Amino acid sequence: METLLSVICGFMAAASIYLMLSGNLIRFIFGLVLATNGVNLLIFVAGRLSQTRPPLIDPDAVMAAQPLANALPQALILTAIVIGFALLTFVFILFYRAFQALSTVETELMRESEPQEGGNTEHGGQAGVAGIHGPGGEGA
Amino acid sequence: MNWLVVLPVIVPFAMAAITLCLRNHLRLQGRAAIFGALVHLVVCMTLLTRVAKTGIVTIQIGSWPAPFGITLAADHFSAILVAVTAILGLAVTAYSRAEIRAGMLAVGYQPLLHILIGGVCGAFLTGDLFNLYVWFEVMLMASFGLLVMGGEKDQLDGGVKYVMINLFATLLFISGIGLLYGMTGTLNMADLHFAVQQVEHKGLLTAVAALFMTAFGIKAGIFPLFFWLPVSYHTPPVAVSTIMAGLLTKVGVYALIRMFTLVFIFDIAYTHGILLAAGVLTMIVGVLGTAAFYEIRRILSFHIISQVGYMILGLALFTPLALTGAVFFLVHNMIVKANLFLISGVCRQKAGSFELARIGGLYKNHGLITILFFISAFSLAGFPPLSGFWAKFLVIRAGLEAKAYVAAAAAIVVGLLTTYSMTKIWAEAFWKPAPAAESESAPEPENAAQGRERYDFWLYAPIVVLVILTLAMGLAPAPFVNLAGSAAHELMNPGIYVDAVLGGGR
Repeated sequence: METLLSVICGFMAAASIYLMLSGNLIRFIFGLVLATNGVNLLIFVAGRLSQTRPPLIDPDAVMAAQPLANALPQALILTAIVIGFALLTFVFILFYRAFQALSTVETELMRESEPQEGGNTEHGGQAGVAGIHGPGGEGA
Repeated sequence: MNWLVVLPVIVPFAMAAITLCLRNHLRLQGRAAIFGALVHLVVCMTLLTRVAKTGIVTIQIGSWPAPFGITLAADHFSAILVAVTAILGLAVTAYSRAEIRAGMLAVGYQPLLHILIGGVCGAFLTGDLFNLYVWFEVMLMASFGLLVMGGEKDQLDGGVKYVMINLFATLLFISGIGLLYGMTGTLNMADLHFAVQQVEHKGLLTAVAALFMTAFGIKAGIFPLFFWLPVSYHTPPVAVSTIMAGLLTKVGVYALIRMFTLVFIFDIAYTHGILLAAGVLTMIVGVLGTAAFYEIRRILSFHIISQVGYMILGLALFTPLALTGAVFFLVHNMIVKANLFLISGVCRQKAGSFELARIGGLYKNHGLITILFFISAFSLAGFPPLSGFWAKFLVIRAGLEAKAYVAAAAAIVVGLLTTYSMTKIWAEAFWKPAPAAESESAPEPENAAQGRERYDFWLYAPIVVLVILTLAMGLAPAPFVNLAGSAAHELMNPGIYVDAVLGGGR
C-alpha cells in the first residue's frame, strides 16, 4: 500500500510540475491544486500507514494497552488543507484581477514589471506615479 | 515571566485586530498603529535584554512538555532579530503615515502590516518545524495582500510571480517537513538535533536537507533561485517594499542558519559546501545585476540578493567568527537596506521618479536627504567606520582564517562593485542637474503648506533614526559584535539550545 501511494505521490508531483511550467495561469492553478494534494498524501504516507486502533485511551488508564494509530500526520494534513484552501482562494482572485488588468493568462506575455527589451529607461510601472506612490492622505 | 517570549507575537496581532476595528477612523488608526509599534519595540527590547542577561528563554505552549507541544524559544540569535524587526516595524509604521494613502488605509493596510510583523516574529521565535511553516504562511499571506494592494498593473504582474514562486517554495518546505517527520518521528527542532543522528540512511536525510535548502533558498533569494525578487520588490508603495526588503528574505536566511546549525550538521562538507558555492555566486550575480538597471528600487533589489550572499557565506564557512559575521551582517543589512528603500521613497517624493534618467539635482535642493543617503549607501558598500565595514570585515576575515581564499576575494570584489552602483545612484540622482522637462511634472506634495511640516517629519524621522543606528553600529561596534558573538556561540554549540528547550531531561 505504501509503495502504491508513494508512486501516486510521484505522479502527482510530476504532473503538477508539468502543469505549473506550461506557462498559463489557469494550468498553474490546476498544478497547484494537484501539488497541494500530492504533498498532503506524502505527509500521510511518511507518517506510516497502519491498521491499529484509533488514538483513544481508557479514562482511567495512563498509557494505552495496545499500539495506537498516529494522529499527528492527520493533524498536520488538516492544517495544510486549511492553509492550502485559503491560499487557493487568494490565488484565484489574484489571477482573475491580473487577467482583468493585463488581458492575458499567458505568463510569457506578462512583462509589466519586467525590464523592457533592449533598454529600460522607462517601464510600464511608471504609469503608477500618480497612483499609489503619492503622499499620505490621512492628513496627519 | 517566560510569557515575555510570546509577547512579540501577540502585540502585533492585537494591533492588527485593533487597527482593523478602527478602519473607519483613519486618524485614530494611524496613532494606534504608532503606539502599537512602540509597545512592540519595548517588548522586544525587554526580551533581548533578558536573553542577554540570563540566556535562552523558552515557553512550552499549553504546558505540553517539550518534544510533544509547541515550543517558543528565544536564544540570542532570535532575540536580536526580533528586536531589529520591531525597530523596522516602527520605522515603517511611521513612514506609512507620510506615504500610504487613505484609499489603501481603508482597505486594511495597517492590519496586514502588523500581521506581517507578527508572522515574522513568530517565525524567528518558534522552536517547532511545523509551527515555522504556519508562521511562513501567515507572513506570506500578509505580504501577498500588501504587495498587490493598490492594484496597479505592474503590481499585479509582480504579485502573480511572487505568489507563484513562494507557493512552490512552501510546498517544498512542507514536503521536507513530512519526510523528515517520517524519518525521525519528531518536529521539535531541538529534538530533531538528536533524532537525525539516529537515522540510518544519511543519504536520504541529505536529500531532505536539500529540499529545505531549496525552499529556504527561494525565500532568501540565493543564486539561482532569486529571479522572483527583482520583478516584484519594486512595484508596491515604498513602505511595503521596505518591510519586505528588510524582513522577508531575512526570514529565509534565518531559517537556513537555524536548520543548518541545529539539525542538518551531519554532513557539513557536502551541505555547507553547496551553501558556500551558492553564497559566492549569489554575491557576484546579485551585484552584477545592479549594473544593468537605472531604476533605484530595482538596483536596491539586486543588492538585497548580493548581500544575502554574504550571510550565506558566513553560514557556509561554519566557524564561530563566520557566524558572528553572518549575524552582524544580518542586523546591519536589515537596517541599512530598509533605510535605503525609505530614502528611495523620499527621492521619489522630491524629484518625481524612481528612474535615474528622469531625476537629478537632489544634492542642490535637498541637503538633508543627500547626507542620509550618503551615509547609508557607504555603509552598504562597507566603508569604515560604518556598520557595513565591520560586517564585511568579520565575514572576510573568517573566510581568510578558514582558508576559503576564493570566497574572501569574491567578497572584497563585490564590496567594490557595490560602491560602483551606489556611485551610480549618487551621480545620477544627486549630482546631475535635474532634467528640465521633468522638473515641472515633479509632483509637489499636494498637502497644504501647513500640513507639509508634519508630513516631512514622518518622512524623515524613521530615516534619521535608522542612520543613527548605522552610525552607532559603526562607531561603537563592540556591544553589537559581542551580542552577535554570543548568538554565534549558541549556534555553534547546539547543546545549549537543546538543553534550554528540552530542559536537560534527555
